Amino acid sequence: MSHADTPEGTRRDFIYYATAGAGAVAAGAAIWPLVNQMNPSADVQALASIRVDVSSIQPGSQLTVLWQGKPVFIRHRTEAEIAIAAEQDLEVETMPDPLARNANIDGTALATDENRAMPVPEGAEGATPRAWLVQMGVCTHLGCVPLGNQAGDFGGWFCPCHGSHYDASGRIRRGPAPENLPVPVTAWADASTLQLG
Amino acid sequence: MAGIPHDHYEPKTRGEKWLHRRLPIGSLIYDTLFIPTPKNLNWMWIWGVVLVFTLVLQIATGVVLVMHYTPHVDLAFASIEHIMRNVNGGHMIRYFHMNGASLFFFAVYLHIFRGLYYGGYKAPREVTWIIGMLIYLLMMGTAFMGYVLPWGQMSFHGTAVITGLFGAIPFIGESIQTWLLGASAVGQPALNRFFSLHYLLPFIILGLVIVHVWSFHSTGNHNPTGVEVRRGSKEEASKDTLPFWPYFVIKDLVALSAILVVFMAIVGFMPNYLGHPDNYIEANALATPEHIVPEWYFLPFYAILRAFTADVWVVMFTNWITFGIVDAKFFGVLAMFGAILVMALAPWLDTSSVRSGRYRPMFKWWFALLVIDFVVLTWVGARPAEGIYPYIALIGATYWFAYFLVILPLLGVIEKPLPRPATIEEDFIAHYEPHTGGTKTVVNPAE
Repeated sequence: MSHADTPEGTRRDFIYYATAGAGAVAAGAAIWPLVNQMNPSADVQALASIRVDVSSIQPGSQLTVLWQGKPVFIRHRTEAEIAIAAEQDLEVETMPDPLARNANIDGTALATDENRAMPVPEGAEGATPRAWLVQMGVCTHLGCVPLGNQAGDFGGWFCPCHGSHYDASGRIRRGPAPENLPVPVTAWADASTLQLG
Repeated sequence: MAGIPHDHYEPKTRGEKWLHRRLPIGSLIYDTLFIPTPKNLNWMWIWGVVLVFTLVLQIATGVVLVMHYTPHVDLAFASIEHIMRNVNGGHMIRYFHMNGASLFFFAVYLHIFRGLYYGGYKAPREVTWIIGMLIYLLMMGTAFMGYVLPWGQMSFHGTAVITGLFGAIPFIGESIQTWLLGASAVGQPALNRFFSLHYLLPFIILGLVIVHVWSFHSTGNHNPTGVEVRRGSKEEASKDTLPFWPYFVIKDLVALSAILVVFMAIVGFMPNYLGHPDNYIEANALATPEHIVPEWYFLPFYAILRAFTADVWVVMFTNWITFGIVDAKFFGVLAMFGAILVMALAPWLDTSSVRSGRYRPMFKWWFALLVIDFVVLTWVGARPAEGIYPYIALIGATYWFAYFLVILPLLGVIEKPLPRPATIEEDFIAHYEPHTGGTKTVVNPAE
């Protein structure tokens, strides 16, 4: 029934709209719990931070640990690798992703190796600077685990799924991945122990 | 059923009459089984029945597999091995189910390309086409979630890749991905819910199949000439058609038995030929298999997903025009879903009034190229994304879109179609001599 000729809505129109509105709200209220149950449950949400003893990782090798269900690459780089990364720094402006993607520093920082590698731990001032590189082992394309040990064409990591090449500092250089491998919140708990999260 | 005039069900016995007054189910079965079907249907019209058979096969084997399967990250892989080694006949049932998925997609691709060649999607069968596309999408979702359940290496890392597709959506992608997985990474919540949905979706597919059949029973079957069945009277219609039972049922069963010979040979002698050995390694979050390759039936669209990298000019242009919102990753996802969307929109993109490709001299060649393109995309999707392969994928993906978005709309304008037969009967006589199964009473049109 149309009331195009009546300028004001009738009482019945109002009841229709009110019923439809109440029905929509009720339907939404009924559906929301069914949708929301799929979000992470309380035990999954409980954020875990882990400590990793890195004293046994030799230069030129990498430890992969599982943190919040995802792999984290902890690489102890050799002098040669650091030198390659420093050389690659010269091209940082033209890289596909020029941002550092380091959760520990400012979000607009440039993706220099300095901005991505771990600082030297306190009390170990004599250690090689930028020897430690900690990053998520999850390709920023579609979430595969890249291969390490200077894999790919840039002396860093290579994702076998869709052919993304990351350089010695974990920066995306070629392939479909849009971003550099992110550096998670990481700090030195002591001179040889890293804390993730 | 509306449409082609034919005899309707008449309840004869007292029992039938009693039931008919209360529930006209006899009428429903009769009208479905004896529906007038164009008598010129060729061998490409068998895939529908093959698909129904496969759906039933998958549901039947699936239901029994669930009796032995455990959807838990620590037990799933072991429970599959339990099915393979301990359950009576379990290895056979599982191999039927695994290869049944391949048969399903093999048949559905031939079914879809049949529709594309003979113009089955055109008015008045657009709804049938759209429902078919929905079924195809649900099939892909169901197959993907089923592949996750054995919790092998491919299951695990494939899930990371596929849910990563949703993570590529700007702004809200990450929340959607987390919502889908129930965690920030693939794990128990994902496995558990995929199991639930893998059980549910086939029944939704079954429901849609009924609607699919209902819709083309309302419009009448399409046929190789694209000429409609004459509907002026029952006599006229009966010259163009034969009842579905027994003529087409028997024909479809002959075809099905031939297909099953090949299917049984694969299940019996090479059950893992179409799979990947990596999926017989239990899931490990710390190591990705050398090559993540989806099952063969996803490869064409997987190739399209990978084709659009950041150095392709379309991607760079889109990135620039959207102020960086659409990056290469999201573009690839849009291209993959877009490839299916343009296919679903074929009824409105094809401007030609001639349905069947048989009478479209230019269309034929473009269509043949589309079939080759599909095969090439399947092949290149299984190659690593290095060297020449990304370029081949890009060319293939470009042609896929060009076919639907440029060629189909243009051909309808520039092409001069060949003369079509006036009736299905005429086409039938031209193809089959009366003594080889045609009707004996037919009058030669030359007289």
